[in-house]
Amino acid sequence: MQNIDMVDIDKLNHLHLDILKEIGNIGAGNATTALSKLINKKVDMKVPKVNILEFKNLADILGGPENPVVGVLLDVSGEIEGMMMFVLEQRSAHTLVNILMERDIHHISEFSEMDISALNEIGNILASSYLSSLSALTRLMIVPSIPHLAFDMAGAILSVPAIEFGKVGDRVLLIETEFAEGIDRVVGYFILIPDIKSFKKILSSLGVSV
Amino acid sequence: MMSSQEIIKVGMADLNTAVYPDILTTLGLGSCVGIALYDPVARIGGLAHIMLPDSTQIKNNSNKAKFADTATIILVEEMIKLGAVKERIVAKLAGGAQMFAFNNANELMRIGQRNVAAAHSILEKLGIKVIASDTGENYGRTIELYTEDGRLVIKTIGHGIKEI
Repeated sequence: MQNIDMVDIDKLNHLHLDILKEIGNIGAGNATTALSKLINKKVDMKVPKVNILEFKNLADILGGPENPVVGVLLDVSGEIEGMMMFVLEQRSAHTLVNILMERDIHHISEFSEMDISALNEIGNILASSYLSSLSALTRLMIVPSIPHLAFDMAGAILSVPAIEFGKVGDRVLLIETEFAEGIDRVVGYFILIPDIKSFKKILSSLGVSV
Repeated sequence: MMSSQEIIKVGMADLNTAVYPDILTTLGLGSCVGIALYDPVARIGGLAHIMLPDSTQIKNNSNKAKFADTATIILVEEMIKLGAVKERIVAKLAGGAQMFAFNNANELMRIGQRNVAAAHSILEKLGIKVIASDTGENYGRTIELYTEDGRLVIKTIGHGIKEI
């Protein structure tokens, strides 16, 4: 039996998906502006995608299940529940800390504690600015947790939100936005993973019935 | 290595079987658990990549490969169809990590641990012995089950390669 508060992912129409895309647009737009200020460089953002994926294809969006990535995860609570993830491919993570620490861009070594801490804070700032714009847009209260960082295989990192979706269905819906810092090729993703019950709240807050 | 050896991939919430000389693999296990079964006489292997401990706790449980309990039962059935004998099957487990170190270790964050416990419990019920495992910790694992001898190779980022 379907809980009335829940939205069946497979029944979302084009209008719903367009609205979710627009949320990605506004959220990630704010976050890339924050990143741009932080590193004092121009950051471009691609058109957000709303992906509805089967579990087995989930890690493909991040270059395959074994691709090493840095993930910063925030638990989202309040009137919208779910997870917010900021993901960087390993190489981009190195480049980004190098820019921030004013080191040679091509310098690659193991992440130091300082690097990890910097990445954690970058993730925190970006995810928070994403979420605060989402909160302003929907007028819903959103409370992010402190950030948690992991450097590991994409599949392993994405298993955390996937399991949450696994409890209610066989697909994952994520709002994915890719950004790139042109010259030094920092490529990353914002992934908003609303809890299944939160879709309806987000959509109705914007005046759309589900 | 034999040239006819095939590598069979098992995705998230998926399971499959293989006969010698093929290899079963699943990539990037995080909090999910890889349940590897092997009949050393028939040289038949089975691998499940489960996400959740218990199908009876979830309403939408049509995908049997998603849960430790139902996936293990199906995997054993599939292996028997290929000629495996239940009494000879042994198990190895890997995965069940806690990828993010949340302080308030809520139910979701301990899911890895619960998946491992559920795998042990269903295997015990079926009378299948767990002869080796590499579970928990906070890192991802890629695993390969060799039907040649039942060895399970575990690859990680920054935590080495091991064989159990």
